[in-house]
Amino acid sequence: MTSLPPLPEGLVAFVKRDCPTCLLVEPVLLQLAKQAPLTVFSQDDPEFPDGVDSVDDSSLEKSWHHQIDTVPTLLRVKDGVEVERRLGWHREEWQATSGIDGLGPGLPDWRPGCGSLSVDPNLTSELAVRFGASTLRSRRVELAEAEDEMEAMFDRGWSDGLPLVAPTEARVLAMLEATTRSADETVAVVPPDLVDCTVEKIAINAVMAGCKPEYLPVVIAALEAACTDEFNMHGLLATTMPAGPVIIVNGPIRRRIGMNSGNNVFGQGNRANSTIGRALQLVIRNVGGGRPGEVDRAAHGNPGKLSFCFAEDEEGSPWEPLSVTLGKDAGVDTVTLFPGEGPRCIVDQISRDPDSLARSFAVNLRTLHHPKLALAFDCMLAIGPEHSRIFRQAGWSKQRLLDRLGELLQIPGSELVRGADGIAEGLPAGVKGATLPKFLPGGLLLVHCGGGAGLFSAMIGGWVRGSLGSQPVIREIRP
Amino acid sequence: MTRVLLDPTSERSPVRRERLPRLDSLDGKTVGLLDISKPRGDIFLNRLQLELEKRGARVERFRKPTFTKPAPVDLRHEIATRCDAVIEALAD
Repeated sequence: MTSLPPLPEGLVAFVKRDCPTCLLVEPVLLQLAKQAPLTVFSQDDPEFPDGVDSVDDSSLEKSWHHQIDTVPTLLRVKDGVEVERRLGWHREEWQATSGIDGLGPGLPDWRPGCGSLSVDPNLTSELAVRFGASTLRSRRVELAEAEDEMEAMFDRGWSDGLPLVAPTEARVLAMLEATTRSADETVAVVPPDLVDCTVEKIAINAVMAGCKPEYLPVVIAALEAACTDEFNMHGLLATTMPAGPVIIVNGPIRRRIGMNSGNNVFGQGNRANSTIGRALQLVIRNVGGGRPGEVDRAAHGNPGKLSFCFAEDEEGSPWEPLSVTLGKDAGVDTVTLFPGEGPRCIVDQISRDPDSLARSFAVNLRTLHHPKLALAFDCMLAIGPEHSRIFRQAGWSKQRLLDRLGELLQIPGSELVRGADGIAEGLPAGVKGATLPKFLPGGLLLVHCGGGAGLFSAMIGGWVRGSLGSQPVIREIRP
Repeated sequence: MTRVLLDPTSERSPVRRERLPRLDSLDGKTVGLLDISKPRGDIFLNRLQLELEKRGARVERFRKPTFTKPAPVDLRHEIATRCDAVIEALAD
């Protein structure tokens, strides 16, 4: 913190021209200037007030250091110390402070002031940096005059391949305004390097990803969920399979931050969807040290590893939201992390009865990763509104659909064993006489999302399931 | 105006430790074989064990609980204290 700049003796006023009350008291300031030692600091126009030799405080240095939050503010300074402070225009108070009677004849007795520019929300972060109030601990990376900002960030290996927003101190401070957590609070231990990650480091990466500050609590909760032993982000990163973290957001925060749960829900075009998942992946890259070709050994990966984040369409759903199925109360803001590959479309434009549609789902789900593999993987089934309508009209509950899918996905071991259908891949010969479910209990998750037109749903295949691999993890989003 | 960015990384400088010297001979040495719990890893390691024992090495077998997670720290410590060398086998 820089030292407090001294104030001149006598009366000191802070004003700005863009304030009706300051304009109103212009004649009062003229009166005072003639009768008392008065210094006027003008925040937006050094020519204001007319007829008074005011001091230019457009840098807001004096206003910021002396914590002026209202204009006009009238101070009385004695022996270098502020002894009185009056906010807005109040004739009696101003007369008492100045010791001069008859101020502003014809003016109303009282008028509230306006906000000081030094507390303008658009400026506060910039001012905190300018006047040295920042307490951020991260190393400062100074760029050379001739260095291109965008290229400098690529050169340092910070990028996922797309351009980044430069993490300036002002932007990071603005980002941190969106959480009540302290910047130095450790949120998670991030793999693969197992690094303690602070809120500050998350905020820096969220800035780079293009997040708005109001997304930060979602990013923090997603990181908390990803870095649990159950979710096993280390294994998900290191696997040769294409899966990555898929983030599903439930609760009122979806609407508050403008997330997409409708048209093109898994696609491009929504800032929150596109940047929240990206921020999580940037934290894993930059803080955890998880980079493709290093610990990330994916053979193919999938485009969702840039960002795969969406909201559930709770309002249009015939069923309880995913978060409630996973044990949270309705109306609670949550993130659910699912280890998933890219989404695959399930087309059924003909079925109008629920059993036919369930059968369509089942034959598609059977093919997950390989039609001859079972038990090893979970799946998230994303049901579109035109499909869910068919279950709603028939009165099928979510559980009824899951039960029916469970029945339809009982597979004779003879179809699964190695060599069956002339395909070497499959399960060991010992299962030949058994009947196996494609998914273990709880291995199929339903979520409702997508545009209002199109008789389609989508399946998002999982990775190695359960305690040996990864389990879906839900976390509440805290402000 | 100077542009200053905040470092998004962990800012760690990992300590570099020298590797132990290669063994001159396997004779009388203890070699750990770490199975990462991938299917059929045991087939590969059984064969390795035979070959190592032919060359006079003593073999100890270890196993990670799951291939998807790093070896637990206690297991790593046990291998380090009991073995002169370790072979970690991938499989599928």
